[in-house]
Amino acid sequence: MKTKKWIPNVIILVLVLALYVVLSVLISANIINPYYSGILTMVCINVILAVSLNLATGFLGQLVLGHAGFMSVGAYAASLFTMYSGLPQIISFPIALLVGGLVAVVFGVIIGVPALRLKGDYLAILTLGFGEIIRVLILAVPFTGGAAGLSGIPLLTTFTYVFILAILTVGIIFAFIHSRHGRAVIAIREDEIAAEAAGINTTYYKLLAFVMAAFFAGVAGGLYAHHIGVLDPGKFNFNYSVEILIMVVLGGMGSITGSVIAAVVLTLLPEALRGFSEYRMLIYSIILICVMLFKPSGLLGQYEFSIARIFKRLTHKKADAEKEA
Amino acid sequence: MAVLETKNLGIAFGGLRALEDVQISIGEREIVGLIGPNGAGKTTMFNLLTDVYVPTEGSIELEGKSIVGKKTYQITQNGISRTFQNIRLFKDVSVIDNVKIAMNFQMKYSVLSGIFRTPAYRREEKEVEARALDLLKVFHLDSKADDMAKNLPYGQQRKLEIARALATNPKVLLLDEPAAGMNPTETRELMETIQLIRDRFEISILLIEHDMSFVMGICEHIFVLDYGKIIAEGSAEEIRNNPKVIAAYLGGE
Repeated sequence: MKTKKWIPNVIILVLVLALYVVLSVLISANIINPYYSGILTMVCINVILAVSLNLATGFLGQLVLGHAGFMSVGAYAASLFTMYSGLPQIISFPIALLVGGLVAVVFGVIIGVPALRLKGDYLAILTLGFGEIIRVLILAVPFTGGAAGLSGIPLLTTFTYVFILAILTVGIIFAFIHSRHGRAVIAIREDEIAAEAAGINTTYYKLLAFVMAAFFAGVAGGLYAHHIGVLDPGKFNFNYSVEILIMVVLGGMGSITGSVIAAVVLTLLPEALRGFSEYRMLIYSIILICVMLFKPSGLLGQYEFSIARIFKRLTHKKADAEKEA
Repeated sequence: MAVLETKNLGIAFGGLRALEDVQISIGEREIVGLIGPNGAGKTTMFNLLTDVYVPTEGSIELEGKSIVGKKTYQITQNGISRTFQNIRLFKDVSVIDNVKIAMNFQMKYSVLSGIFRTPAYRREEKEVEARALDLLKVFHLDSKADDMAKNLPYGQQRKLEIARALATNPKVLLLDEPAAGMNPTETRELMETIQLIRDRFEISILLIEHDMSFVMGICEHIFVLDYGKIIAEGSAEEIRNNPKVIAAYLGGE
């Protein structure tokens, strides 16, 4: 049985590749028109945001309401980098995304060190305050374009870019959670006092998870900026943070696949409901209420959709059938 | 030589002196009991030994080195491990992962190494898996390794908490009311387990317990706390016949 452990991984790889090939062929053949491919890009960006917020909220167990703040910091940093670095765009864009992530990390540390001493509601309010401060700060400083927004950002975000980065984010966070560091982070969510008594440096791990979440939010911000081309500080307000949080809660706190599914559904849903015009938000809200009523732990809870498990079950069934025969 | 020793240990919360002039010493591979009426300061004593509170006076030495002022997780890494009066497990985590979490600080691979699944990751994860399973076997929990901790029955949850505490490779194990809520059979089983732990892991054990047959049955040395002071110490026999202890705690006929 042991030799077959790699098979599920190959299946996942094949599925991901197939999805990528199909989507990019459809886009280049213009069967998916630019409007819809734009929505696909937003799906990928929201996947990055939801999965990274799940690390802080679902796995670390800290209610963070300033995720859009980290995103905006990354968006502005990355945009300013591609606009003023003078490097050719092919090189400057990946560096810009990294810069966006790293600047978000710096802010993550600045916010995280004092904030992570707090818990629950207090932390939520502090991170909420942070998000608003960032927004006001962007309006105030001279190099961000202020209230008029930052325009003229080169449109460098391609479907390939967002797709690969979304997959990378999911992969990295999944691997992180299943390493010793991820176990430590989950231990803190379960019982901070017991985690400390088990020899875990809780301050370090809280900051680590928080900062990792900020990093990916920053990268997502960079992708967003180079997708839209214009940055308006009003976009990254409290509502956007809540929107990301809803994806995490709906998908299931502590389920990466749940976040992915919720991010996809909740990005597509408003578009799919466009036909209902003014009833759109009403239907959207009713769906959310229903999920919370009938499945309060989110669609998947802490459960992960796993190809490996399905594969195991299938092979077991086969083995059982062979036994009987 | 004493493994763990306190001298003139005391702590005051505002005007309340919860502990005063406490001297205890625990020898190598010794099972020591700490008893006393409710509110005498037993759990406070545990919280001082694990640096949850910082003592206002006195010293705590582990193998001759002061441990006052360290963080709780550093105390654990230095060799004092504990369980809690109210079980504190990582409930939504598998039984084996509960143990692996406590082995975290003994593992070396970096965050990047974990993300990219380097050979170091594979080797250490394999090692920790084997060690955790061995430890669970001691407590007959290996068959439940993949169950969620919250799904274990009460007695096994207590055992898992002890297993987790042992996973940190302690020199001294502190048990806060390990027999609380257990029926006589479970208690007897626990007594055997504790002796087995001492012999097998060669560690010292300090335990708080209200079940006198339990304490008298396995402790080689007993300290009695009352109103924050040690009022007696000695063997089970000496404690049982000490008039001060009878008056304060055990009660006479």
